[in-house]
Amino acid sequence: MFDFYFHLPLIVRLVLQAIAVILFMFPVAAACSMAERKVCAWIQNRPGPNRTIAPIGGLLTPLGIVGRIPFLGPFLQQMGIFQLAADGGKFTFKEDPVPAHVNKFYFILAPIVAMIPALTTVAVVPVGAYYAVVNGQTILQPIVLANVDIGLLAVFAVSSLGVYAVILAGWASNSKYAFLGGVRASAQLVSYELAMTLSVLPSFLWMNKPGGQGTLSLFDAVQMQNGVWHGFSMASLHGMWGVFYMPISAFIFLVALFAETNRAPFDMAEAESELVAGFHTEYGAFKWSLFFLAEYCHMIIGSAVCILLFFGGWNILPWIPLTTLIDWLSHFIPFAAHPLFMGLVGIGIFVGKVFSFIFFFMWVRWTLPRFRYDQVMHLGWKKLLPLSIANLIFYTLGIALLQK
Amino acid sequence: MAVIQVERKPLTFAERTYIPQIIGGLWVTLKHFFQPTVTLQYPEQRPEIPKGYRGVPTLVKDPNGREKCVSCQLCEFVCPPKAIRITPGEISAESDNAHVEKGPQAFDIDMLRCIYCGLCQEVCPEEAIFLQNQFSMSGYTRAEMVNNKERLYELGGTLPDEHLKWDKKKTAEEHGNAH
Ligand code: SF4
Ligand code: SF4
Repeated sequence: MFDFYFHLPLIVRLVLQAIAVILFMFPVAAACSMAERKVCAWIQNRPGPNRTIAPIGGLLTPLGIVGRIPFLGPFLQQMGIFQLAADGGKFTFKEDPVPAHVNKFYFILAPIVAMIPALTTVAVVPVGAYYAVVNGQTILQPIVLANVDIGLLAVFAVSSLGVYAVILAGWASNSKYAFLGGVRASAQLVSYELAMTLSVLPSFLWMNKPGGQGTLSLFDAVQMQNGVWHGFSMASLHGMWGVFYMPISAFIFLVALFAETNRAPFDMAEAESELVAGFHTEYGAFKWSLFFLAEYCHMIIGSAVCILLFFGGWNILPWIPLTTLIDWLSHFIPFAAHPLFMGLVGIGIFVGKVFSFIFFFMWVRWTLPRFRYDQVMHLGWKKLLPLSIANLIFYTLGIALLQK
Repeated sequence: MAVIQVERKPLTFAERTYIPQIIGGLWVTLKHFFQPTVTLQYPEQRPEIPKGYRGVPTLVKDPNGREKCVSCQLCEFVCPPKAIRITPGEISAESDNAHVEKGPQAFDIDMLRCIYCGLCQEVCPEEAIFLQNQFSMSGYTRAEMVNNKERLYELGGTLPDEHLKWDKKKTAEEHGNAH
C-alpha cells in the first residue's frame, strides 16, 4: 500500500525526507520554546500563556476557527498553542534594526551560521529503522538522510561549528556584553567538547572489534544495544541500553551536552543577570529568533545523539528492541513489519524519547541556578575531563579483557 | 555585640559531586509541576480587597442623597501631589440643602497625579471623601484619567451613616436649640 514511495528515485526520496525533517525541526523547535514557557510556568505554580486566541479573519482564520471548536479550542488556548503563532508572527514582522555600531556583514552572518549546523547535523542522525530486503536477506535498515559510517564524527564536527555563530555574534555586535558572552561561550564549548568526545569513545570500543571494519555510525550504536551488530551477536547485551553498562559515560555526555547547548545551569553565554542577554544582546526580531531556534535544534540533536548512544534509540524499553516489538505487533496487525509502518513506529518511539529529553532539559533549567564561570571551568577541566579519561581507560582495559 | 564564630563544615563527597542535591532539587520542582496553580485569573477573578484598602478616592452622599462635601478645600490643600482641584460654589436658596450654604461646583481628582496616600480622607471634616475598593483605573487619554464630580459620586455611592449633622443643625436652629 505504501510501495509507491519506494519506487521513487532516490534523489526525490532524499529531498522529500530532507524537507520533511526541516518541516519537522522548525515547528518543533518553535514549539519547544512554547513548551519551555509552559513547563517553567507549571514548575512555578503558574498557568503560563493561556489567553492568546487567533482572530477570525485574515491569514489566521483557520487557526481562529480551530480555536472556537468547543472543548478543543479552549483546551488549545489553555495550552498556549496560539501563542506560538503570535510569537512567530511577531518575530517575523516586527522591525529588525541593525545597530549603527556593529560590523554589519558578520552581524547578519552570525544567525545564519547558527542555523546551518543546527539543521545540517540532522542528516546523519537516524530516527528509526525498518526491515529491508537486500540481496535476498532481510536486514534492518536505518531511516536516515545520510547513512554514513562517520555518523557521530559528523555530528560532533558540524555541531561544534555552532560556536562560531556565538563568537561571530559576540564580536560583530561591538558591545562589551555581547563580547563577554561570546568569549565565555567559546571557552566553555571548547572545554566540554573534550569531555564529551572522550565519554562516547567506550561505546565505540564495544562496537569495533580489533582488526575488523571500523564504524562510527550511530545506527550501529543502536544495533549494538539491540545485541546484534554486523552479525556479531552479543547475547549478553541483548536489548540492554548503553546507560546500563556505561553509566559514567552517559552521565558525562549528558552534563557536557548541557554545556554544549548553553543551557542552564551552563548558560554562561547568555547569563541574563550578568551580561544582559550575552552574545545576542544586540539582536532582535527574526535574527534573534534564529539564534533561539538554533539553540533548540541543538538540544534536539544533542538529545537524539544521547538517546542513540545510551538510551536505546528507537527501542521502546530496555530489553525490548524494536524488532521484538514489531514481531509481537504482527500477531495483531498484519502489516506491522511493513517498512513504512515499522518506520513510523520507530520514529514515534524515538521522537517520544527526544521529547522526554527536552522536558528534562527544561526541568533542569528551572531547577538549578547558574554556575559561576570559574566553577564551570573547574568542573569541565578538573572534574569531567579526568573522569572521562579514567572512564575511557577503565573500559579500554575491561573490553580488552572481555573480548580477548 | 558578641561575635559568633560559625564553624563551616567541610562538604562531604556526595555534596561535592552536587548530584544528591540536584536530584533533591529536581524532586522539589517536579512536585511543584503537578501542584495546582496559585495564579489569580485577573479580569475574571477579582482579588479579595482587604479591610482598610486605599483605592481610588471617591466622594460620597449621605442617606438623604445630599452631597456631603461642603467644599472647604482642606483636601485640596493637603493633597501632596496636588491632584485635587475644587471650584467651590454656593448652594442656591431654593434647594432643600440651602442651610448647608456651600458645596463644590466642580471637583476634579487627577488620577495620574494621585498617589493614594489617603490624606484627603484623613483631613476631610465632613467625611465626604473616601478611598474605596476601586483599584483599576485605565484610559486612553490623560483627560479620561481625571475623575470629575459626577464620576466621583458614581464611584463613591452613599455612605450609610446617620449623623445627618446639617439636618440636626437646621432643626436645632428652627426650634431654638431645644434638645
Ligand atoms: S489620596 Fe492623597 S494624593 Fe490622592 S487625592 Fe487624596 S490626598 Fe491627594
Ligand atoms: S471633600 Fe471634604 S475636605 Fe475636601 S472639600 Fe469636600 S468637605 Fe472639604
